[in-house]
Amino acid sequence: MAKVPVQFTLNGTEKAEFIDSGTTLLHALRDKIGDTSPKGGCHQGTCGACSVIIDGELRLSCLTLAETCNGTAITTTSGLSEGGVLHPLQRAFLDAFATQCGFCTPGMIMAAKVLLDHTPTPSRDEVVEALSGNICRCTGYEPIIQAVLTAARSNSQHAA
Amino acid sequence: MELRKNYFADQRKDDLHEIGQPRPRSDSPGHVTGKTAYFADRNFPGMLHLKMVRSPHHHARIRSINTSEAEKHPGVVKILTAKDVPHNVYTILILIQIGPEDETVLADGKVRWKGEAVVAVLAETERAAQEAAAKVKVDYEVLPAVFDMEEALKPGAPVVNEYHGQNYYLYDSGECRKVRFGDVEAGFAGADHILEQTYQSSPIEHAPTETTGCVVVPEGNDRFTCYTNTQAMFFTLDNASIILQMPGSKLHFVGGTVGGGFGGKVDVIVEPIAILGAKLTGRPVSFIYSREEEMQISSPRAAEKVVIKDGVMKDGRIVARKVTGYTDAGAYSRHSPYGAQKGAGHYPGPYTIPNVWIDTYCVYTNRTPSSAMRGFGVTIGDFALEVQMDKLARLIGMDPLEFRFINAYRDGDMKAHRQPTEGAALIECMQEASRAANWPVAEKYLAMSSYTKGA
Repeated sequence: MAKVPVQFTLNGTEKAEFIDSGTTLLHALRDKIGDTSPKGGCHQGTCGACSVIIDGELRLSCLTLAETCNGTAITTTSGLSEGGVLHPLQRAFLDAFATQCGFCTPGMIMAAKVLLDHTPTPSRDEVVEALSGNICRCTGYEPIIQAVLTAARSNSQHAA
Repeated sequence: MELRKNYFADQRKDDLHEIGQPRPRSDSPGHVTGKTAYFADRNFPGMLHLKMVRSPHHHARIRSINTSEAEKHPGVVKILTAKDVPHNVYTILILIQIGPEDETVLADGKVRWKGEAVVAVLAETERAAQEAAAKVKVDYEVLPAVFDMEEALKPGAPVVNEYHGQNYYLYDSGECRKVRFGDVEAGFAGADHILEQTYQSSPIEHAPTETTGCVVVPEGNDRFTCYTNTQAMFFTLDNASIILQMPGSKLHFVGGTVGGGFGGKVDVIVEPIAILGAKLTGRPVSFIYSREEEMQISSPRAAEKVVIKDGVMKDGRIVARKVTGYTDAGAYSRHSPYGAQKGAGHYPGPYTIPNVWIDTYCVYTNRTPSSAMRGFGVTIGDFALEVQMDKLARLIGMDPLEFRFINAYRDGDMKAHRQPTEGAALIECMQEASRAANWPVAEKYLAMSSYTKGA
């Protein structure tokens, strides 16, 4: 089968791959490039575990064709910490006991990051709305919501 | 968090260092950085993908299987049928001597539920495996099916599973697990009121975010490494050893990281066939359930039916309880005979009742095999029992919490299954709940203790 070239930046690093046409971004990231932080939970856009950020917007990588991502800047949870220092959201999830099995966590953090990037001091309702596309079957939603609110507070203190 | 130190103060020193203190989880740093390695995060060169051909019928005889078109499909490497599996008929609890072996890894001559695995296709890509699976031709003779437990127990019902011969699990106690304590009929005869109610539940899917699966790698030392999200590592290793007729020393299981289990990943389903595929092809094999398979194929919590008949006195004492419980195992045993047995021991609940009669049946139907899920065997029973307790309290015009104090078990009380009660704490839990929920009860109940009778 003829291969299609794709090129984008992943967490600030240039990536180029030849893929089969029709390959999802989730498959390309996990199986071609080796970034397994986005998870495949449903492959039909309902669980949010595969969430990534493309050019600043939250996207479901299981429903995004890799070949449509040429020239974009992609961020995943594996690229959030800098110099070994956790991102405030990662720190807050850790401190707030906001992980159980951990499978939904990378997607949750992506959704939360896009929220805080656009709305640095969200209300609780805004946090709930922002996470509404991400399923946590361990049902640890309350600590997750608290973690996002805590990260927002630490952001605003940092800015001040 | 607040620790109530007034309860059972004589039983502990209260020099707690961990309880009540925040402690970081050792796995959280991996979770928040995306570094935690789940089984599907492993990718190996030359890895094959396994897809199952599944039964479209609830109950059918297999006349023939034709794989010739599927074999020609580009990318197909190997196709497995029942004859390829060294020990095809198995049952997971055989490890603790609970037989008979009643389930096939790949269907042999018959399918007993819609979705049963019939043929395994291994191909270079997931897509090729899926397309080739669609080309496998299976000729079925559809048989009458039974979906209702009471229908299944009637004479003349279609026999679901010939390895049992009848549509119930045959315990050493007979057609059901039995508990007999006191004289239940005399208890009913002396009761002020009798209440009989029926409670039913449907199957419940665990729906973990990470679907069931494994990745198997044939190693240079003639061993097979199986990366799996099973919740039952050694159970799975030992059953794989039996199914594959391969010493356990050839199998190296790597797991412990599970993206949600809730009991749904304790059956031995994906690993043996994936290991067999790796053995017969010499290549790594990935077998991962689709979301549809997770919802439709993986074992749910069993459907249950519970009939409870209680005799109660006007003063609040339950004097007799008769329970008939039915657990829908689906087509195969898996963990259900154990679940039904647990129910038999559990149905008196945390209450002391002098006359008890319990029968619990593990019933076979042409439904998806059920198995473990969080407290299986007792969870639905507890729902039924506690609803029944509220109804009994209403019947005699008593506060439902005070009604439970009157019947609560205490240390030294003999349970219906002949284990004396030890370490009871129901009374103290209810005393604290009464305060926390601001649900006042009479002073005499607050003076009660699990240690002593009286009051």
